[in-house]
Parts: sequence; structure tokens; C-alpha cells
Amino acid sequence: MELQTVDADSECPECFESVRLEAVMQHEIVQCAGCGIDLEVIELDPVSLELAPEEEEDWGE
Amino acid sequence: MRIGVLYSRVRPEEKLLFAELERRPADVELIDDRRVVLALGGRSALEPSFDFDVVFDRSISYSRALANLRVLADRGVATVNPACVIENCGDKVRTSSLLQAASVPTPATRVASTPEAALLAIEELGYPVVMKPTVGSWGRLVARINDRDAAEALLEHKSTLGSYQHSIFYLQRYVDKPERDIRAFVAGGRTLCAIYRRAPHWITNTARGASTENCPITPEIDDLCRRAARAVGGGLLAVDLVEDPEHGLLVLEVNHTMEFRNSVAPTGVDIPARMIDFVERVATVGWDEAHATEAA
Repeated sequence: MELQTVDADSECPECFESVRLEAVMQHEIVQCAGCGIDLEVIELDPVSLELAPEEEEDWGE
Repeated sequence: MRIGVLYSRVRPEEKLLFAELERRPADVELIDDRRVVLALGGRSALEPSFDFDVVFDRSISYSRALANLRVLADRGVATVNPACVIENCGDKVRTSSLLQAASVPTPATRVASTPEAALLAIEELGYPVVMKPTVGSWGRLVARINDRDAAEALLEHKSTLGSYQHSIFYLQRYVDKPERDIRAFVAGGRTLCAIYRRAPHWITNTARGASTENCPITPEIDDLCRRAARAVGGGLLAVDLVEDPEHGLLVLEVNHTMEFRNSVAPTGVDIPARMIDFVERVATVGWDEAHATEAA
């Protein structure tokens, strides 16, 4: 398996702050430093971010 | 060797596990569980191939994992962990019942089906009492009930606002622990390492900001962890223990899709590598033999 990761600059879809991404992979969860919201890396080429799915009641360990 | 990984989101744990898998010669396929369709009768082009030696489950959702892994179990696909272990750990009533049946020490626990019965059970346990949802994690919706007024209010709220899953009341004697609990990691019956989770708040969960430090594995911790792991069916597990001033070490719960991002550094143990070792062993020698070789 070869993991695909990218370094990129993107924008938070919630607060529009710039988000620096380092070695992220598809579907990775990152946090916006501007507003603190969880974002999901949807695509790598080009990089696109969406709000991460909201936590559900049965989520966990 | 072919390994499938079912995952929901790439958290720090998944990233560490994927990086470890990348270092191995295994043929690995990552499967986003949000897109999985299973065909029960007939064929579906939407269903991914599950032609793997083992499927490693990292689903974040209990219900999603259980549904997928039950079907895979019926098809004879080896999974880590298997559906039965997910079920045993994901439902606190089931976990407590299995721990009790295996004589693993746990705090006194009561299960009630109505608010009236729950109130009687709370009064019998004596205040404070902890009420937890039967399914849930990260300390969410866990409440400490200090007196009858709080008990009545909480039971009324839960009955009125809760979903059907909240119609079963899981109640536990409050353990006045020393501002810390213990999280131990077990693979195939072997205790890998443990951490103390420290917090001034009574909920000592790292998801709630508890700090971590290494906890040496004493013979007692090792014995309790092995017994707790065996009671729920084994596999890759995180066992939570509390130090009860009156009753000594007690097992609180067992987690089936463990998070370990804050535990590698303080313990010095490469937890993701040991997890993948176990997954590969299951793929190679099967579930039972993997436990026999690990626990030896």
C-alpha cells in the first residue's frame, strides 16, 4: 500500500480562514485554527475541505 | 496477505495504523464504511469485494461496525475485532454481565427498564451513583447523581427526551478514584502497556482533556486485563480500570476500537505496530491460534 499525502493551503468553508495542510491524506480530519471546527479532506487533487460529519451518539471506541 | 481496513474517518490513530501497514508487505485496501453497501441476496455492483485474509475494523460507529461485521462473520470472513466482540464491548449492559460472569471485579452495577425501577436501584446503590447510556463513548451523557432530587430530574429528562436506547437505565456505584484511572491496551490476550489518565474532573477521559502518563503493568493489572479481555472474547482491546479505595482495582469497561494517540509517547510502546502484528497473525494462523501465541 502506498499512502497518498499532500501539503497544501486551503480555506475553511465555515470561517474562510486559510488552513495550512501538511502531509494530509484523503478523509483525514483536520481542525481549523481560526474557528476550531473539524474539517474533512474530501479530495487531494485539488485539495478540498468540507465540514466533518457531526458526532453521532454511537460513535466512540 | 490481503488486508481490508474498514474505517469511517482518518483520525491520528488511523494515520498511524495506515503508516504501519504501508511498511508491511501486505496487500492493503482501505474501505470507507460510509460507502459500503452489502448485498444480502442477489448481487450488487455497489458491494466492495471482501476477498481478504482479514478485515481490520476501525469504524467509529458502533451500529455501522456491528451491521457490517455481522454480515462478514456469516460469510466466514475473519475480522479484527469480530462482531461478537464489538457487541460485547459496545453495549455496557452486555460488558458488565460478561465481566460479572467471569468474576472480573467491577463496581456494583444495576440495570433497570423503567424510571421507577431505576430510582429504586439508585437508592439501593446509595449516592452518588453514575448513570451511563448503554451505548456511547468519550464520556458523553455520563452523569453523576448526588441526591434524590437530581435522580428524579435526570430520570424524567431521560424518559421524556431520550431515544429508545435511553429506555434502559445503566447505573453504577460511584468510585471515588484518586483523580486518575488506568487505560491498558491488550492484543490477543497480552497486556501491551498502560497509561494513567489524570484529570481533576471525575470523568477522566482523554477526549475530555485528561493528561496521560505511563502506568507500569503490575501482575494485578496484567491479570485483570487478561481476564477482562477473555471475558469479552479477546482481540484488540483497551481495558479501563479504576483504583477503588475500598475494593482495589476494578474493571470499568472494555473498548473494542481503541484510541491510542496519547498513549504511544508515555508508554514508549509502538501500539499501532503491535496491533498490526496481531491483525497479521489472525490472517496467518486464525483467531484462536493468534490468541494462543500472543498470550503464551
